[in-house]
Formats: sequence, structure tokens, C-alpha cells
Amino acid sequence: MNTLFFGPHGTDGGVLLSLFLHFGLLSLLAVGGALTTAPDMQRFVVGERGWLSDAQFTSSVAIAQAAPGPNLLFVAVVGWNIAGLAGVAATLAGSLLPSTTLALAAARYGDRYREARTMRAFSAGMAPLTLGLLLATGWVLTAPVRNSWGAMLLVPLTVLLLLKTAVSPIWLVAAGAVVGAMGWV
Amino acid sequence: MSDAPLRRPRDALDIARVFNRMALQGFGGVLAVAQRELVERERWLTKAQFLELLSLGQVLPGPNIINMALIIGDRFLGGRGAAAALAGLVCLPLLIVLLLAALYREFVDVPMVAGALRGMGAVAAGLVIGTALKLVGVLRVNPLGWTAGGLVALLALLAVGVWRWPLVGVVLGLGGLSVAVAWWRLGR
Repeated sequence: MNTLFFGPHGTDGGVLLSLFLHFGLLSLLAVGGALTTAPDMQRFVVGERGWLSDAQFTSSVAIAQAAPGPNLLFVAVVGWNIAGLAGVAATLAGSLLPSTTLALAAARYGDRYREARTMRAFSAGMAPLTLGLLLATGWVLTAPVRNSWGAMLLVPLTVLLLLKTAVSPIWLVAAGAVVGAMGWV
Repeated sequence: MSDAPLRRPRDALDIARVFNRMALQGFGGVLAVAQRELVERERWLTKAQFLELLSLGQVLPGPNIINMALIIGDRFLGGRGAAAALAGLVCLPLLIVLLLAALYREFVDVPMVAGALRGMGAVAAGLVIGTALKLVGVLRVNPLGWTAGGLVALLALLAVGVWRWPLVGVVLGLGGLSVAVAWWRLGR
């Protein structure tokens, strides 16, 4: 079998099914967007199952950040690195099916159940959770580079540039690639 | 400009075309360009309609921009419109990202490529942390207040990032508690 299309686990139905189910569960928990579920994906595919290394997981997110499109597409790269195109289908379908079904149901029937206080309480209550989960995502993504002084300078520098300047994230990713290619990270 | 009449997409292809154009402009998220394209350029929505859809998309689980695209497509053309919006948003970016992933796998043994990916990974971590810190200001106007909001954020960070608890318990337990407190405070 061609590893380009199937990856290391692409012909294992059990791997594909558990990817689909786990990413499907996380899709329903992604109240703060897809990136808030990244720590649990990492816990599952790196820590629990050992399908990817820390470095491969962080690279998957980095590759998606370097491309245009919705942030969610990092799940496709994670699927690709585990099980090739079959893995892409498993992670993407898992991440999309539950949340899209819910969104369409809400679009058609949501209006009549919408009550202002409940809606406001939900978004207010979930906002600090989203903040904490995004910080957790950032921390988990540093796992492969925590022993590097260069990276420990590059991470806060990126934060500072994002918050204090109007420079587009794509240029920061490009600068990270250059600095890394020179062996400083 | 806000007085100009709203337009409708001509057909499913038109919906796919507009969402595809949005996706290809969106590095590090598409939401930032969505308002400009949908409200100002295409005039499919008023600004108020856009903000209402945005808050609906944020309450629903899943990527906000994808939820919004589905709802907009559905309102104009039903299931066909929703499918067109999703396809427009995802197809071409997916192809691009998979090409990059295939290239990475081909050249991962080259030290410079591995190094570049380490650098990009560090920047990716910084971008996510920066995005999180932008939300700190929103806590100020949150009905939970600084103390409770900060505590929820800190516990979420520790539970998921450091103690590595499964997300399902944290979202349902801590998130549920946080929503309940917010609901109670909003009623006072």
C-alpha cells in the first residue's frame, strides 16, 4: 500500500473509526471554536494512542496556520499524518457532521426556542472557558520546543507582535519558518 | 451605503464562489474578512443581521465561520445553499493544506525543513496565546465579573493544559457551572 495515500494507519478500520468518534465528540464540545479542542486531540492521538509525536502534532497545526482557510482544517492535517486520505476523511467528517447538523437545526428551528437570558448566560459563561482553553492550546503546542531557548523567546515575541502591531499572522508564521530553518529554535 | 438595498446570491454557485473567496483571504481565521465580504461587498446581510448570525454561530459548537456559512446558505437556498457555502469555504483550502502536508512528509528528514516547522510551531503557539489574551478585555464586561471569570479561565487552563483531564468533563462540569452562575447573575 502506498503510504502517501494511506499513511501509517490508513488501512486500519479500528483506527479510522476511533478517530471519527473522538473527533465527533470534540466537535460537540467546541464551544470556543475548533482550536479549543486541540489539547484533547493531542492528549488522545499523542498521549493515549501514540499515533503521532508531540512534534508531528504541533507541525500539523503550524501547517494549517500557514495556509488560508478556516482554522478547523488543522484536523485534516492531523488525520493525514495518522492515516493519509482515509484519516482526513475520518477526522474531517467527525469534526463537521455533529456541529453542522446542530447548526442547521438551530437555523431552522432555533428561533422559537431562543430566550434572551439563556443565550446571554451561555455566551457569558463560556467566554472565560474559551479563554482558558485557548491558553491551554498554546501551552500544549509548545510541547516539542520547551527545551529550546530560541523557541521560548519566539513564543512571547509572537504574542507581543500580534497584540501590539497590525502585522498579518501569515508574516509571523513565515518569519518563524526562516528563524527555524536557520537552526535557532 | 447602508441605505442601499440588500442583494441575494444568484444561485448555489454564487454562494460557493463568495465563501471560497473569503476562505482564500483568511490566513489565521476567516471571520475577520467575513463582515467586509458579506455586508459591504456582496450586501447579502445588514450589519445587524451579520452580528446576530455571529452570536448564534458562537453559541453553537463547532467553528464559528462554518456555522455562519451554513446558516446563511440555508436561509437563501435551503440545504443546497448550505452545502454550497460549506464546499466553498472548505474545498480549495483543504487541497492547499493537504499539499503542504504532503510536501512536509516528503522533506521532513531535511534538517532545514524540520527546523522551519519547529519555528512555525512556536509561532503557532504564540498566535493562539495572543488570540486568547485578546479575549481578556471582554471579561471586563462579562456578567461573571473579573474574579469568577478569571478563576474559570485559570481552572480550564490547568485542567486541560497541565493536568490533561478529558475535555468532555471540563466543558460540561466547569462550563456548565460557569453558565449557571452567569444565568443567576443576569437575573439579579
